[in-house]
Amino acid sequence: MEISVDNSLTAYERVKLARDPGRPKTIDFINEMFDGFMELKGDRLGREDKAIIGGIAKFHGIPVTIIGHRKGKTLEENIECNFGMPEPEGYRKAMRLMKQAEKFGRPIITFIDTPGAYPGIEAEENGQSIAIAKSIAEMSSLKVPVIAVITGEANSGGALAIAVANSIVMYENAVYSILSPEGFASILWKDAAKSDKACELMKMTASDLKKDGIIDEIIPEPEGGIQENPQEAFIMLDVILRKELRKYMKMSEDNIYKSRYKKFRKMA
Amino acid sequence: MSGIFANKRNQLFSLKKLRNEKIDGGITEEDNSLVVCPSCKHEYTKDFIKKRLRVCPDCGFHMTVSARERIKQLADKGTFKEHNVSMSTEDPLKFPGYKNKIKDIQNTNGNKDAVITGVCNIGGHKTVISVMDSTFMMGSMGTVVGEKFTQAVEYAMSNKLPFVSVACSGGARMQEGMHSLMQMAKTSAVIEKFSKSGGFYMSILTHPTMGGVSASFATIGDIVIAEPRALIGFAGPRVIKQTINETLPKGFQRAEFQEEHGFVDMIVERKDLKKTVCRLLEYHERNED
Ligand SMILES: [Zn+2]
Repeated sequence: MEISVDNSLTAYERVKLARDPGRPKTIDFINEMFDGFMELKGDRLGREDKAIIGGIAKFHGIPVTIIGHRKGKTLEENIECNFGMPEPEGYRKAMRLMKQAEKFGRPIITFIDTPGAYPGIEAEENGQSIAIAKSIAEMSSLKVPVIAVITGEANSGGALAIAVANSIVMYENAVYSILSPEGFASILWKDAAKSDKACELMKMTASDLKKDGIIDEIIPEPEGGIQENPQEAFIMLDVILRKELRKYMKMSEDNIYKSRYKKFRKMA
Repeated sequence: MSGIFANKRNQLFSLKKLRNEKIDGGITEEDNSLVVCPSCKHEYTKDFIKKRLRVCPDCGFHMTVSARERIKQLADKGTFKEHNVSMSTEDPLKFPGYKNKIKDIQNTNGNKDAVITGVCNIGGHKTVISVMDSTFMMGSMGTVVGEKFTQAVEYAMSNKLPFVSVACSGGARMQEGMHSLMQMAKTSAVIEKFSKSGGFYMSILTHPTMGGVSASFATIGDIVIAEPRALIGFAGPRVIKQTINETLPKGFQRAEFQEEHGFVDMIVERKDLKKTVCRLLEYHERNED
């Protein structure tokens, strides 16, 4: 079945789709696309942050490490995982699991869906800045393939911290931006209500980002978004993941690192 | 062996000279206009405050220093050679009004963007330096800052030189959107590469170092130094206040708070900064010949 990218939606409409509570969450991608997921918890430094989920599962028979932002489906779940806004401990857990994947030669697949890193007192006390910085830096030097999948909204350094990947795949209605459109509007025009205007200027849609070389692949969505036909969305991602993994798993460790490094070095 | 000791003797000599050198903030012309301390509101003449490295003699507040002036404070006289002088943004998003805004700022500021990079001697140690300028669009990091910073680290790497960065930034530059966010990845990746090659990176955090800059290259130095009371953090205090709907504790996100929580090695007053940098450069010398 051929679905092509629909160019009629505005960026603002895509933001609303990307945030739709019915949109599949990281946990749905994990449960539907992978076998035998085992969740691994904790940063080994004193805390477990539920805003990041991580673990090992099999993808077509190959063990892979999966890391993603966790959003809930109900208010209770969302309170538990802080609406997908990680604190430093979440990024430190992600880093730990990535290093572990590297040690055992497992490819890493990350799922990006976050309003951003949490802006709170404790998060600052515990080093939100350096946790993100280190995650970015260490990810850039991993010797195993990393594929990032942007499934919903991906805002700011809180998204980038687990998206320094060899290949970045993005669903058609997902958005990836420097800041939430509300934050952007309030910084530039001191008015968060102008976020719809911000959306159109920020070049945050999959097709804009592909044009600019910031992402690599777009997965089309049915009208109304992934939630209208999740199985189809999983199958299309499955095809791309297999293709990308096949490509990188043939490379030497050094070339896996170098190709990722070059990709980000070129970003201007 | 004797070569090494002769070398060391020369360095000790240059260090001693440095200690006795009068730090004058690089004053050349007289300027008697008034400057108000943002903290205690006392007034001083511009010359007076510049000679005191823009530190208020009454309350000790460390005022903003432009990148040029900072380089004069740190580099040995006449040794600074600037790189990528004319690199200017290509306005990747074609953001409305941005190009004109940049032109206006370039005309008044004299620099092309918010960072100056190059190579200089600090107390006789040849060093690659990157200094951000908060007078240029709040020192925000877009493509030019990211690229100049990255090329500076690459220069240090291929010439086996130490690298010193002075950060001073409100964060990523909004008008360049995702291209700015990608500079966080680019700069952090080059620092990681430099670190693995054995390079020495000293990061100096000055007021303010926030957002995309603190969450990338600025906080991951081998040594991290902060100026007194500098605001350093990921999220801005206003955003945090709005999110949690509480007042923030006194001294929140200041240099002293960062030191207390383990994120900076030391807080150094501006008058001691050159000496401190110099000593650390000496301790990290590579003896390869
Ligand atoms: Zn004062």
